[in-house]
Parts: sequence; structure tokens; C-alpha cells
Amino acid sequence: MKTDLTDTTASKINKALVQARRAIGTPAVGMVLTLVIVTDEENAYDALKAANDASREHPSRTLVVIKRVSRTPRDRTKSRLDAEVRVGADAGAGETVVLRLYGEVSDHAQSVVLPLLLPDAPVVVWWSVDAPRDPAGDPLGALGQRRVTDSYTAEKPVEELKARAESYEPGDTDLAWARITPWRSMLAAALDQVDCEVVSVEVAGEEANPSVELLAMWLADRLHVHVRRAVSAGPGLTQVRLETTGGPITLHRSDGAMATLALPGQPDRAVALKRRETSELLAEELRRLDPDDTYASALRFGVDRLGGIQSASQRPEAATWTPGELPVRPVQDSAAAPAGKPVPADGTAGDGDASRPTPAHMPPVKKADPQ
Amino acid sequence: MSSSNPLRDPADRRLPRIAGPSGLVIFGVTGDLSRKKLMPAVYDLANRGLLPPGFSLVGFARREWANEDFAQEVHDAVKEHARTPFREEVWQQLIQGMRFVQGTFDDDDAFERLRDTIGELDKAQGTGGNFAFYLSVPPSAFPVVIQQLKKHGLADQTGGSWRRAVIEKPFGHDLRSAEDLNATVEEVFSPDQVFRIDHYLGKETVQNILALRFANQMFEPIWNRSYVDHVQITMAEDIGIGGRAGYYDGIGAARDVIQNHLLQLMALTAMEEPSSFDADALAAEKTKVLGAVRLPADLGANTVRGQYAEGWQGGEKAVGYLQEDGIDAQSKTDTYAAIKVEVDNRRWAGVPFYLRTGKRLGRRVTEIAVVFQRAPHSPFDHTATEELGQNAIVFRVQPDEGITVRFGSKVPGTSMEIRDVSMDFAYGESFTESSPEAYERLILDVLLGDSNLFPRTEEVELSWKILDPIEEYWDKHGRPAQYPAGTWGPVEADQMLERDGRSWRRP
Repeated sequence: MKTDLTDTTASKINKALVQARRAIGTPAVGMVLTLVIVTDEENAYDALKAANDASREHPSRTLVVIKRVSRTPRDRTKSRLDAEVRVGADAGAGETVVLRLYGEVSDHAQSVVLPLLLPDAPVVVWWSVDAPRDPAGDPLGALGQRRVTDSYTAEKPVEELKARAESYEPGDTDLAWARITPWRSMLAAALDQVDCEVVSVEVAGEEANPSVELLAMWLADRLHVHVRRAVSAGPGLTQVRLETTGGPITLHRSDGAMATLALPGQPDRAVALKRRETSELLAEELRRLDPDDTYASALRFGVDRLGGIQSASQRPEAATWTPGELPVRPVQDSAAAPAGKPVPADGTAGDGDASRPTPAHMPPVKKADPQ
Repeated sequence: MSSSNPLRDPADRRLPRIAGPSGLVIFGVTGDLSRKKLMPAVYDLANRGLLPPGFSLVGFARREWANEDFAQEVHDAVKEHARTPFREEVWQQLIQGMRFVQGTFDDDDAFERLRDTIGELDKAQGTGGNFAFYLSVPPSAFPVVIQQLKKHGLADQTGGSWRRAVIEKPFGHDLRSAEDLNATVEEVFSPDQVFRIDHYLGKETVQNILALRFANQMFEPIWNRSYVDHVQITMAEDIGIGGRAGYYDGIGAARDVIQNHLLQLMALTAMEEPSSFDADALAAEKTKVLGAVRLPADLGANTVRGQYAEGWQGGEKAVGYLQEDGIDAQSKTDTYAAIKVEVDNRRWAGVPFYLRTGKRLGRRVTEIAVVFQRAPHSPFDHTATEELGQNAIVFRVQPDEGITVRFGSKVPGTSMEIRDVSMDFAYGESFTESSPEAYERLILDVLLGDSNLFPRTEEVELSWKILDPIEEYWDKHGRPAQYPAGTWGPVEADQMLERDGRSWRRP
């Protein structure tokens, strides 16, 4: 059931929700959380679809906040809230309110969202794009126990990771981190099966994919060894190689679906490591609502302490390479990026050995506070 | 698993518990249970990324199959019955470790081939010698298979590897046979490597009994004789015996269901808080409760057995038990059983637990209803509370898993009138798709060696000690009461509760 409300207020929306629920005969609700999706008109459809799919596992009230751009100064002074209330079959297993904010009210989205939160239930805020630099400090973010960003959709993912590390507050999390859970569990399972010590690590994956950095940082943080980040053509993560005292352990995936796990002294094994849909990532994210300390620790390790990121500009072949399905611009295009500041390959970052090219796009930034 | 793995961290709660390198051997792999439950559960586990790389599945049966035929059979079973969507890459991972061994249970060559297959899998798939043997076989074949496993060295754990036996009910048909069976199994496998599957214990709602009771503050204070009037545990099936005449006749509902499922559910409902959530602590508390169960002195008045007679069940005509194919017209086997027991401890003294189960009842349902006493004093006059029943908390185990709370509420209007209302928590609504099948959970627990959800030898034997006197009494006295198919059991069962001033819930 769908109700359209034009030029409305939060209390009218609440009333419409109660009415819609009564009309379809389910006055009692068993919803477990409120999910606030902050997005723009362009990404709203995909984000809502993912949320509806995820709602099968976590019945929730989904509030989609879309801030509309006003094109004229006159429009900007006007303020209007439109809402679309969906209950029942139109809203997955829960209820959905799409909120469109025009003019001044778009700077006060929290005033619309606050009255619509489910009583007592946890609140998760997810920025499908354009996450604020400081999620916990954001007025909408402040409403949530859990703040989900996605550095994968950022213009400059590596910069984004640094910003995340700086502004980290318990409850922050990143879909780029959720993407590597299957890799992490497979690597942990691999180490369960051998009895040796890891000496060094190399993590390879496409450029401009922060999951690669996050995996590398996690490994470095947990194993206390040198971790080198290498660039490959993708898709996504392609290989993790652990040099151990007993021989190399590699987990290699070239097609984004099937991976091969090679352990010293054991036969190679095929493992399914398919790249997952956003809805699956979101469902994983919603499964635990307590702070993710492992993520915090990996993030705070610091991107610039990873060794050997070969920059795109130093590799001739990379100049012509464009990431296949990536919604982001390749890094070498930084001049065109709004916040871009071309950085010389000054080689100050990283603790890789000197012979190896060092990150060009990672200017020395204030390191994250270790705790 | 090495505990020193630096990538493992208890705080890292995203990482699932993945079983270590291992394989599963299913005896009786062509059976219904295997096709409908076990194979899909293995696939679902793989799909959720919970099986180790190189996990191997070996089928053992009489049928003339090659590995490919077996894989095809698993493929079909998975497509039809798996809970999660079919994904090709997961299937490709699984198929590499699938083998089939053809043979009968007394065929020494076949067990030699099984041993070779396991050796080959250790090399090709890196299963590390860790195998669980799932005995999905008729009870009569148990001793043979177990002995064969011993004879061919398949149960030997060498160099840190494990071998486990998974067995299904029935765990014997009385105390004597259960002890024999336990002796047979434990002669070959050590007790901590024997996993008895009671699939009810793998169900989320059943595990939730413990969460509800011990993680919350609001239920435990009233969970005792001061507030609870009685407890009803029901497991009803709407089907008849189907094609299982050979197994069912002579066993009956009480042995088939009360001995294992219902007494386990009762133990979880009545037990004291375990000191921790590990297998030993849980088993200790369950054993204490089962040991404290007392049967009423007059078994004739406090137990009822029945047989379904011809009738209409849900719009279909159903034949009576005695008319079923393969059933002796003089059979005294019970298809319905209701018993009253008490738990003789401080918490439950004087609170009856009514357990009932039956085939061809009104509908398929399993539930535990804790019924509370009436309020000791009511400020409302009699007419206001005429329609008010007793408060109850109901665990709905299946279908439609969830919890219902019943209490009185004022009917809207100008007069004071109080009527029962239900407040509902449905799993299907709050955590729909993550709720795994019982067998998924149990198979994973077997591979992980986690025995929390498996009844132990003592529990099985104590359950028989409870049931044996009833079965003996029934053998000597009377015949089962007849009840029309599609109803809620014989009138004798209703009378049994009426004598106590109570009545059965309609589940």
C-alpha cells in the first residue's frame, strides 16, 4: 500500500503510517530497527532496493532521506517536505517512507527523521553516497547507534579511509569492510590449518578499491608483519599471499567468484568467494549493532603504513586502464576531481623498502591516533 | 584448530565459526532424510561460507552409482530442498569433494573402499583425516555399521584427527536396548565423539527458550510453582504413519516422540540456570531435571493412549490406524499418548507437566505452553472477568516459530469487561531469512565438535527410566482409546485434565 503526501510534516507521516498499517490489517509491528538511508535522487532506487532485500532478514522501518537540489535562489528560500509512505508488499518486510526535502528543510533533515524513529529500537544511518567527513558529528548520524558509510563509492577512497580513521567513533562502519568478511574468514580458516608463523604479506587488488587497503591493514594489524599492497586489474580483490615459515599461503581469485586456496603441503582447493550484492552487505552490517572494534583497529593502523603501493601514474599501462564497473573515477584523474590535489611521488609515506615505488597519492597525513 | 591463530579474535564477531578441515560420510544416503534434510543442509552451510575449503561429502549406499550419479542426486536434492538460493560457484566448490561408495553394510570390500576413499580425500582435498559418520540407517543396521567402522579402522583417531559418529533416533526402545546401543557405539567411539541428533534442539525457538529464560529479568521470577499453574507440551502431527508401518507398529507415539523430543523440551523449560552455556553445564542441569521427574502413582488415571480411527482430516478422508497397510488389526500401538509428570524439586513441586503427542490430530504444531495461576484477588466483579482465562506464555516451536503471551485486557466500551488477548513475537517477522534449518546448525556443530545441542547418554537413559513404567503399564492394562482422525485426541485425554480442573489448550 502506498500513500503520497505532498508538502507535509512528520506528524502527518506518522498518521499515514498508522492508517496504512490498519488498512492492511497488521496493527502490531515486529520491526527490529530503523534504517535511515541518506542518498540522492540518482542512487535512491538502488539503495532502497538493497534495503528492501535486506529487510527480509531484518524487518525495519526504512526512512529514505533525499535532499533535492534547488536550482534557483527563489526555490532555495522555500522549504517543502514530500513523503511517500509504503507499507506491506511494497516495502519488503517492514515499512518504508521516502522523504524528499526541498529548500531550507534539507539542512534540517534530522528534524523530520527524529519523530519517525521506531520507539526503543536501534537506529542505523547509511549514507549510500556522499558520506559526511565526520559521520558521528553529522546531525543525522548523531541519531544512530550505527553509522554505515561506503568508501568504495567515494571519489578518492584512500583519502576517505584516512578521514574515517581520523573521525572514527564507536558505531562507525564501512561497507568496504563488510565486503572482505568472506576473505577474512577464509584466511583465518587457512591459518587454522597450518602451524607456522607469517613472515610477510602481499595483498593485491584493483586500484581505487578501499577493501584492498582495509584487508591489508587488518592483516598488518593482526599479524604485526610487513604488508605490501599491490595493484592488479581486479575485479576487486585478486590475491592475498602470506609468506610463512612453512611456505607460502595464497588465496587467489581472478574472476570475482571462484578462488583457489593454496596451503603449503596441501592440495589446492577451490573456494567460493563471490562478490556480494549491496543487500547482502547491508544485511551483514545490520546483524550486529555493537561497535566493530576489529574494524576500528584495522582502520587506525593507517593506510600510509602499508608498504609498496604502486601508484597508477608511475605505471604506464595504468594510464589507459579504466576500472570496469567502478562508479568511481580512476585515481590518476585526480586533476579533475574537485578536491584533488596532485601530489608528487615524494616517497615519504610507507615503510616499504626504498627500492620499491611508494605511494604517490598518499601525502603524509596526520596519522590516526593509535587509541 | 590452533588457538594461537593471530587472525582469530573473540571481538571480531563478523567472522563466522568455520569448521576445520573435515568431511562427512552419510550411510543410507539414498534415504528421505538424507535427500530432504542432510544434503540441502550441507549446501546451505557451504553457501553461507561455513564449511572449510576442501570439505568432502561421501555417500554410502547399496545403489549402483558412480561419483557423478551421486553428485547429480545431491544436485537435484539441493535444488529442490535447499533454503538458500542455488549458486553455481558454491556448487563447484562442493562437487570437488563428493564421492560415492557402493556397498551393503556387511560388505567388507565396500568398507575397504570407503577407507581408501577417505585416504584419497585426505590427499586431494586436505580433509586431514577428520570425518564424521552420519548413520541415517534403520536401528537394526546400527550395530553392523558401527562394528564395520571399527573392524576397518575407520573409527581410529590418529595424529590429532577426529572421527565422530552421528546417530538419529530411536535411541533404543526401552532402557535395556538403549543401554545396549550406547554400549555398542561407545565401544567404538568415545562418548564425547558421539552426537545424538534430536533435531528439535537445533531449532531456533528451542534454543530461544534458554535465551528468554536466562537472558531476561522479567520471566525468571515467575518461572516457578508460586506463579505457574501447569505446563503443557504438545507435539501434534496431522499426517498418519504413511509408509512407516514397519517402523512404527510396536514403537508408538510415546517412544517415538515423548521419550526424546518432549522430555528434552520439558528439561529445557524446567531446568535451573546452568553455570555457563557450555555442553557440560547444560547437560548437568538437564540431567538433574530429568532425574527429578516423578510419575504419578495412578498411571491409569494420569496417562492416556489412543489410536486414530477413520475420520476426516482437513477436508480429506483418512483411514484409521488399524486399517493402514501393514498394520495388524489387533495392534495395541499408540498413535496418541498423553502423560502427566511432576518435577520433584523446590521450583516445581506440585506443578504438573502434561505432555501429549499424536498423529492425525487437528493440525501440525509443536508448542510449549506455560500456563499461569489466576490472579489471587480480582477487584473486578465476576461478570467483568467471565471471559478471562489464565495467563500463558507459549513457545511455538513449529510451524510459525515464535512466542505468544496471553493476558487479559479491557474490551473497548463503557462497561468494564476483560477478555484474553495475545501478544505475538514471530520469528518469521523479526528475523526472517537468517533462521537456519535445524540440521544445518546440528551438522555444523558436529564438525566443530560442539555438543551443546545434543542429548547425552545419561539423558537418553533417564528418559527411558521415565517412560518404561508407563509402557509396561500400558502393556498389561487395556487397549488404546480410539479418536477420530482430525480431532484433538481421545475424550479420555480431556477427562484426564478435567479431573485436575484443567483443560488442554487448543494449539
